[in-house]
Amino acid sequence: MAEFRMPSLGADMEAGTLVEWLVKPGAKVKRGDIVAVVETQKGAIEIETFETGEVEKLLVDLDTKVPVGTPLALIRTEAEGKPAAVPAPEKPSPPAAPAVTAAEPAPPTVPVPPAAAVPPPPAPARPMAAPVAEGRVLASPAARRLAGERGLDLSTVAGTGPAGAITYADVERGLAEAEPAVPAAPVAPPEPSEKPPPEKKRVPTLNLEAMRVAIAAAMARSKREIPHYYLEHQVDVTACERWLSETNASRPPDSRLLMGALAIKAVALAARRFPAFNGFYRDNKFEPAPAVHVGVAIAIRGGGLAAPALHDADKMPLDELMSRMRDLIQRTRAGRIRGSEMADPTITVSSLGERGVEVLYGIIYPPQVAIVGMGKAVVRPWVVDGAIGPRSVVTLTLSADHRVSDGHAGALFLAEIGKLLQEPDKL
Amino acid sequence: MSDVDIRKAVEEELNNIAPEIDLTAVSPKADLREALDIDSMDFLNFITAIHHRLGIDIPELDYPKLVTLEGAVGYLTAHRKAAKD
Repeated sequence: MAEFRMPSLGADMEAGTLVEWLVKPGAKVKRGDIVAVVETQKGAIEIETFETGEVEKLLVDLDTKVPVGTPLALIRTEAEGKPAAVPAPEKPSPPAAPAVTAAEPAPPTVPVPPAAAVPPPPAPARPMAAPVAEGRVLASPAARRLAGERGLDLSTVAGTGPAGAITYADVERGLAEAEPAVPAAPVAPPEPSEKPPPEKKRVPTLNLEAMRVAIAAAMARSKREIPHYYLEHQVDVTACERWLSETNASRPPDSRLLMGALAIKAVALAARRFPAFNGFYRDNKFEPAPAVHVGVAIAIRGGGLAAPALHDADKMPLDELMSRMRDLIQRTRAGRIRGSEMADPTITVSSLGERGVEVLYGIIYPPQVAIVGMGKAVVRPWVVDGAIGPRSVVTLTLSADHRVSDGHAGALFLAEIGKLLQEPDKL
Repeated sequence: MSDVDIRKAVEEELNNIAPEIDLTAVSPKADLREALDIDSMDFLNFITAIHHRLGIDIPELDYPKLVTLEGAVGYLTAHRKAAKD
């Protein structure tokens, strides 16, 4: 039986509120299906399942706020077939990951005692299925239930059970320690009196105030923890502009390309070649990412910002990248982001577009290790083949994590992006 | 389709992108990108919506003619007539 859990949708997320079930018990689901909608500080996020099978049971009621990692539903996977008559006895080694990864608690939270780093079990029962499962902490069901009821993040508890698993007693101790340390616990128990009727249809909305709080938490953490270094590079993008206007001239508006798509593709290709800028810094070490999922910084009307992932941006042809980017921006602005898009970016691109100013110095979104900024294009006198002429010039910047890379590598990475933009037809 | 209908189409499509803006308070000569705070993706979506709604082809080269309310309505009216003739 697979557990469908409250995913971690970013380093700053501690809990989410289940606001909509899109499946019922008995429904067939397959990997990638959207099964629930969760309200977070970043707005309503659509959550996909990473399992294929049948929904056995929904474990969490609507409008209940639960910590990251809490099982929301049970999914009987195809391999398991029919349900067992008796619930399985408490197993010491469920499919588990090293603790405190995706569900890494953001500050302000309970200090994590060193012992909380639960060692991985000797042999996971089956391969890790999903990023969602990365937040899994070894714990007994009773411990998990108690922690869920009391809103305690299991990743903050030191386990004393088999293989470091968290027991009921560990949670009790954790609760006792946590009580004074969490003045305004963001994780509230369900409040039955305020429950709206379950039939209520959710209207996607963006809570800009909550989004501001989330941005503040992530950026404060970034500035506190990440030793940034900054590089900038002026790039002649005349070739890109010419190529775009030639390409778009014969296309209807639906299939026209924007400069932003070229920039994302160039960054994605460069990131594949320079892995030190693509991945996560967690648990005091850098984990290069095997795929390139570019976070696209998207401004929200009224003052908000989100940077959801464009998955596998390095592998997509430009046309597909453009239509996926268009869809991503539209959904983000309408408050319909998917969970994997929030959690997966391995590097971020922030582009000011046609208006505004020439240079943007980005702040890295933890646990990522780099952000590429792109100012607006301006026409400047430029020397090409020994003659001065007007050229369209964009200032690219790189903010990168000095714990992972140095300016020398950063310069090569940024220069590579500039080179790639000289041959837009090859992107 | 009259000038009034074209104006209505332009205003409705802009309102879809910038719902909080009162277009009656926007100068007909103001740059929409500034007045409505719309970026290149918003503008492309606007052009796409107008293209589908009015069936008028708007090449990228003509974008600068559509960046004000007055310009957009004038351009679309002229091209609507040209398409009919």
